[in-house]
Amino acid sequence: MMATTWAVFRRELKGYFNTPLAYIFIVIFLFLTGIFTFYIGSFFVRAQADLRPFFNFHPWLYLFLVPAIAMRLWAEERKSGSIELLLTLPLSLWSTVVGKFLAAWVFIAIALALTFPMWLTVSYLGEPDHGVIVASYLGSILMAGGYLAIGACISAATKNQVIAFVISVVVCFLFTVSGAPIVLDFFAAWAPQTLLDAVASFSFLTHFNAIQNGVIDLRDLIYFVSLILLWLFANLLIVDLKKAS
Amino acid sequence: MDWMIEVEGLVKKFGHLSAVDGVSFNVPRGEVLGFLGPNGAGKSTTMKMITGFMTPTAGSVRVVGYDVDEHPIAAKAQIGYLPEGAPAYPDMTPISFLNFIADIRGMDSTTRRRRLEYVIANVHLEEVLEQPIDTLSKGFKRRVGLAQAILHDPPVLILDEPTDGLDPNQKHEVRGLIADMAAEKAIVISTHILEEVEAVCSRAMIIADGRIVADGTPGELEQQSPLYNAVLIDSQNDGVAEALSSLAKVARVEELSGGRFRAYPADGQSIVAEIADLVRLQGWSTSRLSVEPPRLDEVFRNITRPDTTTTGDNHGGAA
Repeated sequence: MMATTWAVFRRELKGYFNTPLAYIFIVIFLFLTGIFTFYIGSFFVRAQADLRPFFNFHPWLYLFLVPAIAMRLWAEERKSGSIELLLTLPLSLWSTVVGKFLAAWVFIAIALALTFPMWLTVSYLGEPDHGVIVASYLGSILMAGGYLAIGACISAATKNQVIAFVISVVVCFLFTVSGAPIVLDFFAAWAPQTLLDAVASFSFLTHFNAIQNGVIDLRDLIYFVSLILLWLFANLLIVDLKKAS
Repeated sequence: MDWMIEVEGLVKKFGHLSAVDGVSFNVPRGEVLGFLGPNGAGKSTTMKMITGFMTPTAGSVRVVGYDVDEHPIAAKAQIGYLPEGAPAYPDMTPISFLNFIADIRGMDSTTRRRRLEYVIANVHLEEVLEQPIDTLSKGFKRRVGLAQAILHDPPVLILDEPTDGLDPNQKHEVRGLIADMAAEKAIVISTHILEEVEAVCSRAMIIADGRIVADGTPGELEQQSPLYNAVLIDSQNDGVAEALSSLAKVARVEELSGGRFRAYPADGQSIVAEIADLVRLQGWSTSRLSVEPPRLDEVFRNITRPDTTTTGDNHGGAA
């Protein structure tokens, strides 16, 4: 199980760097984080030595960039027919699902790690709270994992990458905005507080913002981990069900 | 007999359509079974179910004793499979692709080195090992797929159109490779090329509309041809048809254009000696006297499209 997961993981991760896709993704990711942080996020104007403007935009960045990575995970295999090869090799479906997911996740983590000059910049300019930054990075990668698990599952349901992308963005959008003020205000006017909390608790934003405060609450951790596992399980079910059709 | 593949009552329905409709057969070690059939007959679907890619609607498959549904990983470890169209990962090179397969199949480094050497040499991949599979010709892609299938020296081989897209020399080589492995393994191939069945298969099965409609050695199937042991004769003399018809072993005589006649034997027996005697006795002048060559394609067409007649005078065999 471990060995086959590792084999799938290595093949997938290498696959990213065999094509220009990886480099394009990383360049776009770094470019956009830069724009968001310094231009829209008013990094310098705020004159505070923290990375809030940087992390604040991550959910919105991931909303489009992660489905772009996830859309090919299964759809491409279905389209090229290589899925027939993969699923007739002696490995469990879990190995395949987890190996693919981890490779994409690590790839996003590499892109995220390459934003380290931001950290160096604030450290040079002031005295940031490094604990908060570490927690925010952790929260950011957990959240990316959530978006990725959703995208991977939806990619398994179709062989059309564009469809996979669009549906993933929509679903990810729902999981993002359910914690945004615009949605919560709508509920706040009439709904009881428990419903409000329930809606908010489904959102990546709620949990990511909590982590960004520098405290990694077990509940936020459990939220992201269980969300990832749930979507990966759905991913596995879809691949398995498709064997019958 | 120790069966390597046991297929029992296999059914696959897509909605109302039955792609495979109650297929049962067993394959022992040492047999090369050829699946024949028109496109959409259910050959590939049957293979997809044997290899565990598709879940059957009904029926079961056992590979070297392992039920594919209950013990998929154990069963799949016994199988080498070349899927239709020989899919691979286009961005990988053949050598990294084969190493990936070896990783998944858990091959240790000594076995891996030995087997990689063997398949690369026998499938002739030396010159393209470091090129992305994407950039390879159709023939090389097919050979990469074949290399992948035989890499772990499996007891069961399922090859969906292994020679499709290869040139005649490559076809010959791949058939040679299959023949070399035949004694040790149970091999199932599907093909459109009937000569391939005669060349490599010890057993042929014709599948049409999801059912097995004929099953036997290629020789046995050939005997079902209406042209089996029929004799062609060219003669301008008078009364040829009548004289031929009068022979006891001749069932009927067909007059083709240009003074050519075809005599069909009764019960498929050999009639060429009798006809040769007749020619000598009558003193006919003939420019041709030949037995129709074994024709699997006639059997194939007869069985899979029984409504069409299969005659014609433009494809007589060599004298």
